[in-house]
Amino acid sequence: MEGLNELAFVLGGVNHWITVFLIMAGLYIIVSRSNMIKKLVGLSIFQTSVYLLYVSPGKIIGGTAPIIIANAPDQMYSNPLPHVLILTAIVVGVATLALGLALVVRINEAYGSIEEDEVYSGEDWN
Amino acid sequence: MLDQLPAIIIAVPLIAAAVCAIIRNETICWLIALVVAFVSFVGSATMLGQVQQYGEDISYKLGGWAPPAGIEYKVDLLAGYVLVLVSLIATAVLIYGRQSVKVEIKKSMQGWYYTMYLLCMCGLLGIVITGDAFNAFVFMEISSLSMYTLIALGKDRRAVAAAYQYLILGTIGATMYVIGVGLLFTLTGTLNLADLAVRLGPMLDTPAAIAGMAFIIVGLSLKIALFPLHLWLPNAYAFAPSAVTAFLAATATKVSIYLLMRYLYTVFGFGFAIEQTPIPEVVMVLSLLAIFAGSFTAIFQENVKRMLAYSSVAQIGYITLGIALANATGLTGSLVHIFNHAVMKGALFMLVGGIAMQIGTVRLSDMAGAGKAMPLTMFGFVLGGFSMLGVPGTVGFVSKWYLAMGALENGWWWVVALLMLSSLLVLVYMGRVIEVAFFRERPADAVPLKEAPKSMIMTAWVFILACVYLGFDTSFTVGVAEQAVNVLLGGAQ
Repeated sequence: MEGLNELAFVLGGVNHWITVFLIMAGLYIIVSRSNMIKKLVGLSIFQTSVYLLYVSPGKIIGGTAPIIIANAPDQMYSNPLPHVLILTAIVVGVATLALGLALVVRINEAYGSIEEDEVYSGEDWN
Repeated sequence: MLDQLPAIIIAVPLIAAAVCAIIRNETICWLIALVVAFVSFVGSATMLGQVQQYGEDISYKLGGWAPPAGIEYKVDLLAGYVLVLVSLIATAVLIYGRQSVKVEIKKSMQGWYYTMYLLCMCGLLGIVITGDAFNAFVFMEISSLSMYTLIALGKDRRAVAAAYQYLILGTIGATMYVIGVGLLFTLTGTLNLADLAVRLGPMLDTPAAIAGMAFIIVGLSLKIALFPLHLWLPNAYAFAPSAVTAFLAATATKVSIYLLMRYLYTVFGFGFAIEQTPIPEVVMVLSLLAIFAGSFTAIFQENVKRMLAYSSVAQIGYITLGIALANATGLTGSLVHIFNHAVMKGALFMLVGGIAMQIGTVRLSDMAGAGKAMPLTMFGFVLGGFSMLGVPGTVGFVSKWYLAMGALENGWWWVVALLMLSSLLVLVYMGRVIEVAFFRERPADAVPLKEAPKSMIMTAWVFILACVYLGFDTSFTVGVAEQAVNVLLGGAQ
């Protein structure tokens, strides 16, 4: 029985495990890579974890779209709010990525490199 | 018309930003931005007056949808106080910054500069006014994205690298915040901050609520630049255009601190977040570290803007220290310092902007003998420095006084001793600039210097005089702050 409970814990929260994995993978890429484009990829993965975090609890198995029908008032429906929120978050994510890439283009023009080690260490910041 | 004020101060800058993006003529854009910022300021001040007069919070239902389902804009004393601060600084920096922008930013980019400036202001005002957790995230990203752009407009190539660094760290911070909000939303099914506080009440010690709280606090701390999450700040402030630095230093971090206070005291509540978790202790240690590490690093900076930026890290420490003290006096000190620091750091960055314009650099060694050639600028710098030091009769003294009294109320006399000690560090780094400017001769081969344009000097001096005036007449800052603290502690004590 013990084993079954644990299995249920692991499988039941599979969406959360994926969320956690995406958060950690994204952060790890940001921290470990020196290439600025790769860092932005990590940042995007990190942001993607949020989409899953919001959308997956909003889905109810057997739930429909939230439309009230006169003859069947007891329809079970999925919460539409998380989807709307995440649409906004996706837009924010796209804007961030676009701006980040634009900055990398400018950095490449100014420094001739997009490796963080080369850009930051070769510069006198004081 | 008056009922619509909460929406007007957000919508008008947003629409004006779009108009500026289409026109892109420097003069017209500047005029639009100035008018809009001023309208926002008048609107904010009116709302603060209304709240004070009637003693009732303004609640605005966006689109007519009633909260908690709809988005609510909420102005209470605390929000009104920060709104006035942000819009006031935004207006002043526009008056100040025009000449500086003409010199520092490429002509083709000047229209875009005002577009981004308006968007940034809109975002900052939005964070303060909204009563909705997710809406706050959207505004946070509006202000942050425009901030990265503004920083990248700096003429030095290091500005772009600094903006990239800020983009990565700022986005991590905002995403952490939104993860926290997501956990709380899954738990309670609401995003309205007031409703969240009510529904969260019985569930506060569940793991999900605590995880959500941790994510929100860490995310906001990144935005606040609370030590040791301050790494983006010095470079961003040092290499952004002067006007941008003055605006950001005075407003951006303050707004995040406001949001943190809201979460700690209203949403999670004094009884839980402050009394039952180790948050005050952690924040206090980090604040003290910020004060000393920030001030100490500032001493060794050769770039004066970077020096002031490190000093900002330290000053943020004073503000968060008040949060950690968690009594009415300490919190008052914290709120007063939000305003006071904005005024004095704004003034100092404005003066440095004038120096940057005349000398061409902000390196300390290039400023030798500037006191003689630019007496108004450097004398203002001395007064601002006194204010940072906390000399009685300046704003710096008022806030440090309240913080020290707050610490004594808790019986933490050693915090008071550390506060005194930290002032000595301020004396060292501000003293270095004054020594170089007044007591060294200007090299014979250096370019002759004159004062910065009148509009820049005058705006900076208005703020310098405000530093002195608000040091004597504290009825506005302390008066509103004390009432606002009652709002924060209202339910708890």
